[in-house]
Amino acid sequence: MRYIPNAEKDWAKMLPIAGFASLEDLSRLLPESLRLKAPLRLPPPLSEMELRHSLRSLSENGPAGNWISFLGAGAYDHFIPAAVDHILRRSEFYTAYTPYQAEISQGTLQAIFEFQTLICQLTGMDVANASVYDGGSAVAEAVLMALRIKGRKKVLFSRALHPEYRWVARTYTHPLDLRWEEVPYTEEGTTDLGAAGGRMDSDTSAFVIQQPNFFGCLEDLERAAELAHARGALLVVATAEPLSLALLRPPGTLGADIAVGEGQSFGNALNYGGPYVGFFASQEAFLRSMPGRLVGETQDLQGRRGYVLAVATREQHIRREKATSNICTNQALCALATLVYLSLMGKEGLRELAEINLSKAEYAKANIRGKAHLRFSAPTFNEFVLQVDGDPDRVLEALRKENIVGGLPLHRFYPEMKREILFCVTEKHSKADIDRCLEALANPRGG
Amino acid sequence: MEEKRPKPCGRYLEEALLFEEGGEGRRGFSHPKLDVEKIHPRDVWPSRWVRKDLEGFPELSEVEVIRHFTRLSQWNYGVDSGFYPLGSCTMKYNPKVNEDLARLPGFAGLHPYTPEAMAQGALQLMHELEEYLAEISGMDRVTLQPSAGAQGELTGMLMIRAYLADRGNPRSKVIIPDTAHGTNPASSAICGYQVIQVKSNERGILSPQAVAEKMDEEVAALMITNPNTLGLFEENIQAIAEVVHRQGGQVYCDGANLNALVGLAKVGAMGVDVLHFNLHKTFSTPHGGGGPGAGPVGVKAHLAEYLPVPIIVQEKGRYRLDYDRPKSIGKVRTFYGNFAILVRAYAYIRSMGPEGLRRASQIALLNANYLRAQLKPYYHLPYDRPCMHECVFSDKWQSRKGITALDVAKRLMDFGFHPPTIYFPLVVAGALMIEPTESESKETLDQFIAAMRQIAEEAEKDPDLLRQAPHSTKVSRLDEVLANRKPKLRWKPNP
Repeated sequence: MRYIPNAEKDWAKMLPIAGFASLEDLSRLLPESLRLKAPLRLPPPLSEMELRHSLRSLSENGPAGNWISFLGAGAYDHFIPAAVDHILRRSEFYTAYTPYQAEISQGTLQAIFEFQTLICQLTGMDVANASVYDGGSAVAEAVLMALRIKGRKKVLFSRALHPEYRWVARTYTHPLDLRWEEVPYTEEGTTDLGAAGGRMDSDTSAFVIQQPNFFGCLEDLERAAELAHARGALLVVATAEPLSLALLRPPGTLGADIAVGEGQSFGNALNYGGPYVGFFASQEAFLRSMPGRLVGETQDLQGRRGYVLAVATREQHIRREKATSNICTNQALCALATLVYLSLMGKEGLRELAEINLSKAEYAKANIRGKAHLRFSAPTFNEFVLQVDGDPDRVLEALRKENIVGGLPLHRFYPEMKREILFCVTEKHSKADIDRCLEALANPRGG
Repeated sequence: MEEKRPKPCGRYLEEALLFEEGGEGRRGFSHPKLDVEKIHPRDVWPSRWVRKDLEGFPELSEVEVIRHFTRLSQWNYGVDSGFYPLGSCTMKYNPKVNEDLARLPGFAGLHPYTPEAMAQGALQLMHELEEYLAEISGMDRVTLQPSAGAQGELTGMLMIRAYLADRGNPRSKVIIPDTAHGTNPASSAICGYQVIQVKSNERGILSPQAVAEKMDEEVAALMITNPNTLGLFEENIQAIAEVVHRQGGQVYCDGANLNALVGLAKVGAMGVDVLHFNLHKTFSTPHGGGGPGAGPVGVKAHLAEYLPVPIIVQEKGRYRLDYDRPKSIGKVRTFYGNFAILVRAYAYIRSMGPEGLRRASQIALLNANYLRAQLKPYYHLPYDRPCMHECVFSDKWQSRKGITALDVAKRLMDFGFHPPTIYFPLVVAGALMIEPTESESKETLDQFIAAMRQIAEEAEKDPDLLRQAPHSTKVSRLDEVLANRKPKLRWKPNP
């Protein structure tokens, strides 16, 4: 009971004042028929030492030591500077809640204001919110927002949009009876914009495309925007690997109306898939239709600068069923990680990091010849699709014998891709790691 | 003359925005030397796609970054700073060891697409947590996928909709009590349901009659919170569930207030079909300044086939992710859930054990009733009877002097406390909703009672002191109207 201060002597004083005879007597608050008679069937309590031991052994039940992994596909293994976690562990940050009481929450509020600014700068958009849950729900919320703005029942999406993002967006909008139309990808690995143009009509609310796309290929956003706008639809651009935005012209300057994505890459650990942090930005004109929390600048009674939750008349706690979203919390601590990470990387450092990722991926691509084939020819950032000879699962199994987790087999999401594997290369891979992987691909042991 | 005196806020109290600090050429991180040929984007991409620079991005050293955020943290108030009786948010202590455990390299470094055979420990932890939550709640199956309570609501309502659609009609309405959280109607609306509000009675709870009057064969579900947001147990819940079930509806329980019930009663025995858990409330994971949380959902067996995919299956001592669920509603987020939050909740349950969890709920009830009894002479208690884990007062007596719940809340900061939830639930005008949790000692509660008592006196004698409060914080009362009239939502360089 190390987390509960009040002990028997304290209850003895408190119970009569509270109007109860004993702790068991508190059960009077519940109807007799519902009172639990038997103890819960849960394991007995553990001391801190036992708990550490138990969880450590569970955690060591996976890849460890000198394993290298080339998995990306929406979750990226980047190096996280120590300073990030030292700030996250400031318990004034992590043990606080949503900053409803601004005067004692200026730390969280200013941090969110700075996060909103960085997301605007990165995406080239006018306004960004305090974050949403993850990349998938960010896409779902963007689609819902486009529907609110346009009121049309059709959504066009690229088949090269992350399969899980598509899945989440369709789950969120299932009750709305929308028409979802898929745009295929080309032999080059990009969204077939010709086909998109043909399917865009006056009933289309949004065209959703990913940059870089799920195959790592770069899309022509300018043309996508022209196609969407010609039919009065909005262009929603999702980015799973936002590090690419350090080198790519941002969606906001290329015609995107809503730019969303996954911020995990920036200072958040892989964590077996969560928590991550969805970012959400749009053009100024759509501010009142945005979901989620927004922090705004204001003044106190003495005219000093301060920050508060702003434009809340869109939100569920005020508008209830008329709110722009049901979202209540954001992912404040993950957004803080992103903010600290980006502050450390800074203006030049982030670009350099992106160039390192690009250079290493290009090195891998250039040295693949003879070991596997590059499936697509479109330019890429730090991910690309390989086509292997034979069953990719067996190839990957052979790589595992060399302590290599070799990317994601794509047949899982794309039945037509029977021999394709999505590879990701980041700054964490040395030239030797890449060489080792390529070597293993060429000469599979027992594969 | 005025100009020469030091300004009242010096460096300690002022911290510019990141973008206003630092200077050209400063670096907060050094990259390792590139061991392959350097490729410039213009070498491999069309030049019109290449970005010129990251305009406005900060340029700071590591020292400056650390000082900046350390300063910001000092302007915050967390559970570790002191008493945080924010009603319905269950701001209990966040055990420190759980922070370490969530960061174990084998967990933190695990990629979500790691082959299942190599992620057995993580899958085992999730599977066991599902079983613990099922046992605690009396529900049959649990999904850990939803990222937060509100996403849990959406998940639950989507499942109910799919279940009813399979029976011929998804129906069009959801009944929600006037005491409900705003997320309940908002989540129902996303699912395409019209919200029908039902009033709680003079005792602050729902009557079966009131529900029966609204109930018909177009009602998909009743969303109920138990204990409700007045801190009162919905005593008629079984009879109400019967009313709903008789006409083919489902009962959704918002588990925001589950901390009142662990080990004392099971929601599954109350006629509830779907329940969401807030791991960041009942199960001690930190609130993070507004997330990340986690909102697992428990269902009765008849809804299990609609759970989001994947579900975790245990076969012959091995765990795998099962996507082959044709009736599933799909996915509400990428991957499997907020895993690092799940680790913390798992660690909490393992630390507490069955007796510890029950004791936590008992002490939460005791602390709330102790506060209720001690504050009753000074503040109006609209529903004057024993409460569960929280109690709701109002500013009715103070409002005679023009003092509002907001003034009381702001003044509490000067005493070193986080204020309670105010103006919620909506059924109490000027509500002050106080939830002490089990984490507070009698001495802390007594200090809080003394502060509340003094504030009640000040409201009589010196109401302006309250209207100008807080007096001891980094900034004084902030102008929310200004923030909304001309929203300034980001920093921009001076033109």
